[in-house]
Amino acid sequence: MNIQRTTKQLLTRLLWTGVMGFIAFTMIIPFLWMLSASMKISADVIKLPIKWVPDYFYPDNYQVVWNLAGKGNRNYHFALSYWNSLRITTINVLGSLITSSLAGYAFAKIKFRGSNTLFLLYLATMMIPTQVTLIPKFVMFSHLELIGTIYPMILPGIFSVMGTFLMRQAFVQIHEELRESALIDGAREFIIFRRIMLPLVQSSLASLAMVIFLNNWNNYMDALIFLPNWRLYTIPVALTNFFDESTVTYNLVMAASASALLPVFIVFIAGQKFFVKGLVAGAVKG
Amino acid sequence: MVFSKQLRKDLTGYAFILPNMLGVLLFFILPIIFSLVISFTDWDFTWGIGNWNWVRLENYFQIWKDQWFVRSFINTVVLSIASVTFIILFAIVFATIIDAQCYGSIAIRLAMFMPKISNIVAVSIIWVMMYSPWGPVTQLLKTLGITNPPKFLGSYTWALPAIIFMMIWSGIGYAVMIYSAALQGLPAEVYEAAKIDGAGPIRCFFTLTIHFLSPTTFFLIVTTLISMFQLFAPIQLMTKGGPGSSTSVMVYYIYTSAFSFYKMGYASAMSWILFLLLFLVTLFQWNYQKRWVNY
Repeated sequence: MNIQRTTKQLLTRLLWTGVMGFIAFTMIIPFLWMLSASMKISADVIKLPIKWVPDYFYPDNYQVVWNLAGKGNRNYHFALSYWNSLRITTINVLGSLITSSLAGYAFAKIKFRGSNTLFLLYLATMMIPTQVTLIPKFVMFSHLELIGTIYPMILPGIFSVMGTFLMRQAFVQIHEELRESALIDGAREFIIFRRIMLPLVQSSLASLAMVIFLNNWNNYMDALIFLPNWRLYTIPVALTNFFDESTVTYNLVMAASASALLPVFIVFIAGQKFFVKGLVAGAVKG
Repeated sequence: MVFSKQLRKDLTGYAFILPNMLGVLLFFILPIIFSLVISFTDWDFTWGIGNWNWVRLENYFQIWKDQWFVRSFINTVVLSIASVTFIILFAIVFATIIDAQCYGSIAIRLAMFMPKISNIVAVSIIWVMMYSPWGPVTQLLKTLGITNPPKFLGSYTWALPAIIFMMIWSGIGYAVMIYSAALQGLPAEVYEAAKIDGAGPIRCFFTLTIHFLSPTTFFLIVTTLISMFQLFAPIQLMTKGGPGSSTSVMVYYIYTSAFSFYKMGYASAMSWILFLLLFLVTLFQWNYQKRWVNY
């Protein structure tokens, strides 16, 4: 009877695994379809019924996408856009980690006058949606003649109110004695921060880095408004332009999309622990 | 020079937050103030900075007479509420089943999570193709015997539901992740006791799991709603608010007013209406959390 019961349990588990596995599989069908279409010749993409595995594999699409370098009136350069996305994202991730951890530490540990008021002000700005500040930032950067450089992406990008908030939460959880005993030993505040405190919040830093990476890598609206020419385009904007101009070459569009997505999938799967933790924590902001 | 202890603390504190404070001041607080100021003007960007007329609250009254804005506002609310409802319903069921009954739960959750980490531009482009007459969605409907499937994104009736469907698809994985994290913390003894009392898994789900997950559900409703209110990229890429105004949403209309028509004052006023909408959700969260949530 015991065996019967375990067999039954095993079967239900298998059944549910099958059902949920199937649902998960249908959810990644758009990506599979993208991969399949990116490997087809143009005419085969719109052929019905859909052939999920193309008769004829045509990986040259990827080569074409990467080599279309601002030729003629084409307004994109995929390799250059990759570089732009990479440098903007890297600068912003590093910058926000530094500014957020410094400020988060001060808010959490140093009892300076006005810290509560300032922190409340920070919390209040978190409630204002980015769309509100978009127009003033555009006006400001055009006035400073910075539209046409990457500064409109990185000057605001190296600061993160949400990051400051998250880092403050991380530092608050560290015991006070640790800092006090170091202070008594005569250590300078910055040394304590750098040598003792930062190593203790490593996982929060990693999670924050993941969230900021993702936000910047996928940032579309800012790039659309602040980056006016193809030499500065990040991947999302390059992809948009490519899509707008390539009305028939769907295979190329799909190859471009796949080129934009695959690196992130790989980074995500490699660092999924931090990603998920960071997204759950970052969601506090919403 | 001898500093008092408190003064030294102040100086260190401000030294630590100085870079951050400057950035927040310049790129968050000043823009917020500027936005509020120009929302009371009729400023057109092409007139140059300072060349504006004060119109007081005129913009805030005018937008409600603007058919496009009203339609965008309604669409935003409909789209947000519809997607959030379905995301929550699917996610709570999926997460519970995956947690209790599935092998390879990490792999299943990761697969569902893929849309969330994908570039929204790439995702939107893929879905334009998915919905096209030769795309898989149309194909599937034809296979199911629907001879004349709608042209989703080109149809006045079907464009908004098509976008909602896509947003549900892209939002489920995140909600499943959050629910799964919450499910780890459920009290096992209560389930043991329920089992001894003869409650089946379905009974347990409705009386225990939903009850215990209510804080998470509340959190997810609020955060997902806030992010849906700010939807932009899919609309801009897939439909440009069309056909007609059938899929126009607030942020898209703010964007076109500001950056296609340069009506900065008008657009700023709309962005403050968006803020008020988000603020309402947040207020609701603060006030009703205790009443709604069963701990």
